[in-house]
Amino acid sequence: MPRIVVDEKRCKGCERCVEVCPQGVISMSKQLNEKGYFFAMPTEQPRCLGCALCAINCPDVAIEVFVHGTHYQFFTY
Amino acid sequence: MKKIFGYPESLTPSHTHYCPGCTHGTIHRLVAEALDELGLRERAAGIAPVGCSVLAYNYFNCDMFEAAHGRAPAVATGAKRCRPDLIVFTYQGDGDLASIGMAEIIHAANRGEKITVIFVNNAIYGMTGGQMAPTTMPGQVTTTCPAGRNPSHEGYPIRMVELLNTLRTPAFLARVAAHTPRHVIAAKQAIREAFRLQAEDRCFTMVEVLSTCPTNWGMTAAEANRWLHENMIPYYPLGVLKRPAADETPVREAAGSLIGV
Amino acid sequence: MAKVLMKGCEAIGEAAIRAGCRNFFGYPITPQTEVPEYLAKRFPEVDGVFVQAESEVAAINMLYGGAGVGKRVLTTSSSPGISLMAEGVSYIATCHLPVVIVNIVRAGPGLGGILPAQSDYLQATKGHGHGDYKLVVLAPSSVQEAVNLMYEAFELADRYLTPVMVIGDGMIGQMMEPVEIPPMRDLADLPAKPWAITGAKGRKPNIVNSLYLSEAACNANNWKMKAKYDEIEKKEKRWETYGCGARELDVLVVAYGTMARICNTAVAEVQASDNRKIGLFRPISLWPYPYEALAKEAKKAKRILVVEMSTGQMVEDVKLAVLGSRPIDFYGLTGGLVPSPDDVAENLRKILK
Repeated sequence: MPRIVVDEKRCKGCERCVEVCPQGVISMSKQLNEKGYFFAMPTEQPRCLGCALCAINCPDVAIEVFVHGTHYQFFTY
Repeated sequence: MKKIFGYPESLTPSHTHYCPGCTHGTIHRLVAEALDELGLRERAAGIAPVGCSVLAYNYFNCDMFEAAHGRAPAVATGAKRCRPDLIVFTYQGDGDLASIGMAEIIHAANRGEKITVIFVNNAIYGMTGGQMAPTTMPGQVTTTCPAGRNPSHEGYPIRMVELLNTLRTPAFLARVAAHTPRHVIAAKQAIREAFRLQAEDRCFTMVEVLSTCPTNWGMTAAEANRWLHENMIPYYPLGVLKRPAADETPVREAAGSLIGV
Repeated sequence: MAKVLMKGCEAIGEAAIRAGCRNFFGYPITPQTEVPEYLAKRFPEVDGVFVQAESEVAAINMLYGGAGVGKRVLTTSSSPGISLMAEGVSYIATCHLPVVIVNIVRAGPGLGGILPAQSDYLQATKGHGHGDYKLVVLAPSSVQEAVNLMYEAFELADRYLTPVMVIGDGMIGQMMEPVEIPPMRDLADLPAKPWAITGAKGRKPNIVNSLYLSEAACNANNWKMKAKYDEIEKKEKRWETYGCGARELDVLVVAYGTMARICNTAVAEVQASDNRKIGLFRPISLWPYPYEALAKEAKKAKRILVVEMSTGQMVEDVKLAVLGSRPIDFYGLTGGLVPSPDDVAENLRKILK
C-alpha cells in the first residue's frame, strides 16, 4: 500500500498538497508546529495511490512517498 | 517499502526562508533533482542572485557564488570560460534578470555561454516588498504602481524568452510554470533538458518559470495559482521556443554571407 | 635576454601572460584598448581565453567569476570604466578573491579626454567602491616598470587574496620603450586555491559570497580584511628616492608615475644650473603609501613640492606624511596636459626664491 510521510517541521501550511491530492488523503492539523504553521497530515492514508502529486507540488520538500508491491506510474517525472 | 520520492542530494537539509506556497522551493527542488539525475552535483557551480533567492547558496548542496544584482550571467561567463568543465547555472528573479541585468543576460545568451539560466518570473519584486517588475502585468497593483501598471506610463511587460529568441546564436529557450502538478512536471522536463544540454556542451540554456508570489500579490497560495493561470499564461505562452538543431554547431560563415542559414 | 621594443599596453598584456594569466575580460576604452586587442591576438597562441565583455560592469563581474574558480584573471580599463567597476571590486575584495586590474588613467572627470592624467589617485587609494576595503595600488613610471609590477601584482593578489591595481597613465600605456620580458610562469606551479569553486567532489561545497546579514559575521569579516591590510601595510610599501643622499635639501619634490620621470629631469637641471640641493621622492605603492619613508626624507628638506597631473590628489597623503611640519607647495596640470621639465623647473625656481 502506498503511503506518504510528512515532515511536520518543514511544512509551512501552504495547503498545496491538500489541493492537488486526487484522493483527499491529506488534511491540515489542528495544532501548530514549532514554526507556528498548521501542518499537513495524511489522515486518509489507505486511500493513497502513490501518485506523488503532493510531493511534486510541495515547495518545502516535506513529503516522502513510499510504495510496496504494485505501483501505478501515472506519468514520467 | 520502496521510497519513490525523497529528498534530493543536491539540496542542503536547511529549511528555506521562502513564504508558504512560494514556488521558489519547488523550483529549487527541480534543479536539485535534475543535478542528481544527471550526476552533475559534484561539477556544479551555481550563482545566486539578489532577490528572494539571495540565500540560495545555503540551499543548494554544491559550490555556489553570490553575485551582484543582475550580474549573475557575467559571473557565470567568467566561471565557465575559465573552467569549462564546471556545470554553471544562474538562478535569477525578474528584477535581477530583466531589469538591472538586462545587458548581461542578452550578451551571455548572444555569446552562447554554455550555462543554464533558471529565470523565476513572478511579475513582482518580492524581497524588497512588492515593487513593479519589468514583467508585472498591465493593471497589476504594486507598491510602485499603486494605481495598477499603466502601459502608457510604464510600458508593457517584457517577454524575455521571446526577446532572446531573436538572437541568432543556438540556444535552448523554454517557458514553463510551477503552479499546478501538471506544470511542475513539464517544468522538470525542461530544466532537466537544459542541464543535459550543458553537460553535452551544446549551447546556452534558459528556462523561464512562471511563479507565484502570494505574499506580495496579496493572495492565498491557492488564489495566487489561479491568478497566474488566468493572467500570466495568456501573456507568457508556455513551451520550448528554441532548441539547438541536432547538428548545429557554431558556424564560421563565409566572408561574403551576411545572413547564414 | 634581449630587449623588445613594445608599446606600454602590449607589454602589460604580455607581462600578464608571463605571470600565468590566461583569462582576460574587458571592454575597449581609450587609451588602453591595445591591451584587449593584443590579448585577443596573443591568447590563442597560449591557450588563453579572451572575452570582450558588453560593458565594464559585466567585465568586473566576469573577473569575479573567473577568480572565484581559481584562475589568474585580468581586466584593464581607463578612468570612466574603472568607475563602473567600483561595485564589483567591493564584492571581490569582500570575498577575498585575487584579481589584477589595470587603470590607464585619462583626463577626467566625466567623459573627460583621452590624454594622460593622474586624476584617479583618490579613487584608487581612498574611494572607489563602497565599504571598508582597500585596493593595493602600484604605480609604474616606465614601460619596464609596468611589466615588472604587472608580474608582481599577480603574486601579491594570490598571496593576500585581494584585488591589486596597477595604475598607469595614457603616456605609459601608449609609449614604446625597450623592455625585458620575464620568463613564462609554469601554470602547474601556481599557488593552490582550496577555497575555489571547482566542483564539490569529495568535500563540502565552497561558497564565494559577500552577503553577511548577521552583524557579528559582517563585523568579523571586516576585521579579517583589516588584518590583511595591516599586514600589507607592514610588508609591501615601495618607493624610490633620487638625490636624497644629502643631509639637507632645499626642496623635496614628490611625484609618481610619468610625472616622477619628468620631475627627475627638471630636478637634475635646476640642481646643476642653480647649485641647489633638490631631492625627489617617488612612491611606487600608492596604497600602502610609504608615509614613514617620506616623512624621513621630508625632515631633511626646507619645503616640499608635490607635482601631479591633477588639481591635487596625492598632495593630501603628503600632508598626512609630514603632519604640518613642512610647508607644501603644489604644481599641477590636468585635462591631458603633461607638464614639461621646463614647466616643473620654472615652478621649482619660483619656490626656491
